Amino acid sequence: MSNTICQTIKKSTFFWQFNLRTRTLAAIAGAFVILTAIAAAGILIDPASYAPQFQQKNLAPSLTHPFGTDWMGRDMFIRTVKGLSTSLWIGLLAATVSSVIAVIMGVAAATMGRRTDSFILWLVDLIQGIPHLILLMLISFVLGKGMFGVWMGVALTHWPILARVIRAEVLAVRNSQYVLAARKLGSSRWKIAVKHIMPHVVPQYIVGLILLFPHAILHEASITFLGFGLLPREPAVGIILSESMRYLTAGMWWLTVLPGASLLMMVLLFDQIGENLRTLMNPSSAQE
Amino acid sequence: MLLEAKNISYRYQNGPWILKDVTLSVGEGERVGLVGPSGYGKSTLSKILAGYIKPAAGEVLLDGKELPAEGYSPIQLIYQHPEKAINPLWRMKDILHEGWVPDQCTLNAMGIEQGWLERWPAELSGGEMQRFCIARVLGPQTRFLIADEMSTMLDVITQAQIWELMIRIVEERCMGLIVVTHNEALAQKVCTRIISLPELNKL
Repeated sequence: MSNTICQTIKKSTFFWQFNLRTRTLAAIAGAFVILTAIAAAGILIDPASYAPQFQQKNLAPSLTHPFGTDWMGRDMFIRTVKGLSTSLWIGLLAATVSSVIAVIMGVAAATMGRRTDSFILWLVDLIQGIPHLILLMLISFVLGKGMFGVWMGVALTHWPILARVIRAEVLAVRNSQYVLAARKLGSSRWKIAVKHIMPHVVPQYIVGLILLFPHAILHEASITFLGFGLLPREPAVGIILSESMRYLTAGMWWLTVLPGASLLMMVLLFDQIGENLRTLMNPSSAQE
Repeated sequence: MLLEAKNISYRYQNGPWILKDVTLSVGEGERVGLVGPSGYGKSTLSKILAGYIKPAAGEVLLDGKELPAEGYSPIQLIYQHPEKAINPLWRMKDILHEGWVPDQCTLNAMGIEQGWLERWPAELSGGEMQRFCIARVLGPQTRFLIADEMSTMLDVITQAQIWELMIRIVEERCMGLIVVTHNEALAQKVCTRIISLPELNKL
């Protein structure tokens, strides 16, 4: 009896006995695996599995239908996974494009003279000054809504913060004593850019990119929810949520709560990866 | 070889003038001490002499010619804070070999141990890092060395060792040396000539 208790205690403290580095790596790997599974599932799922089946409408969550079914008898779990996957792919694409814009803008601001710098900073202030969602709706609407409109909108509105970070980092390293000394030691501009500046900027870029994903995903879902994003025929979490709102008063809570919670979970997983990577890459906390 | 500074004036942005019409020259094999109280522009002058910043007026000439903008500079500055003059993401070995590859003899004389080469800058003390900063600027093309408070963070015994070595190298290679310090005693001991910056500065 006491032996079993002993073992359970041992087991429960097992994960925390690793050092922080191993735990951080494990957390990153775990979150990564789940996200990859969602992304892959969305592609592999057969559309027939979430097709309307009118003989099983409005079922509450059960073992056969973990998230229940809706008013057309569609399985909500599979629809949610499909929707999350769509959001994930849009987020991935939009965040990547956005971060590339951020790098170009940040590096240009830091290296191409005072005029370019003040112009880019003005642009950053302009975009940050307008509420994200309104600008997003505007861009998405102009580009004809749908997939393309949404990801262009997200890509064009999310670069300013990262661009600022990269600009600051490049400026700080470029004017540092060790870069000035490297010049006097005969290092070429190219060598300084690749060997001195890049190693400082790349970690910032990776963490910034990963922390952009949750923003992109949430904004995609919210403009779709508001009706300015993806079209109703595309299964996305935003669509699911806006359609289900009408059935909330009928007591069908599972149609909104469960997909919404899964979206939140996915965003938190990305946040986990980003925060853990930051701890790993920051030299002052990497050795803890 | 002759390092000349002619009528140098400097101020930061639109601040007050720090240097006004400063003229000095340092010849080969000379060890010049540049002394003066804090905030009188010693470090600024040494940065101008080394070509790190451009003076607002006047010029720095090496043998009557302007300093080269690219490539290994014949005038090298040893900075006051070694931790700032070293890229924290590089290994000490790469930092040491950035300009030239020092021979074992120089490393021994500098007191740089073999085990330090594989370490990161954060794993060395300020004094240990400063030895790397000194060793990396002693390349064969160096004609003038400017030591801006370079030994302030070292203990007295190491200071003595490093200055002895510096004087030996400077004499062997007939280099010029400018020692920036507020330690009058050190300047007296090391230098062949002492210049007081406040007297030179026509503010």
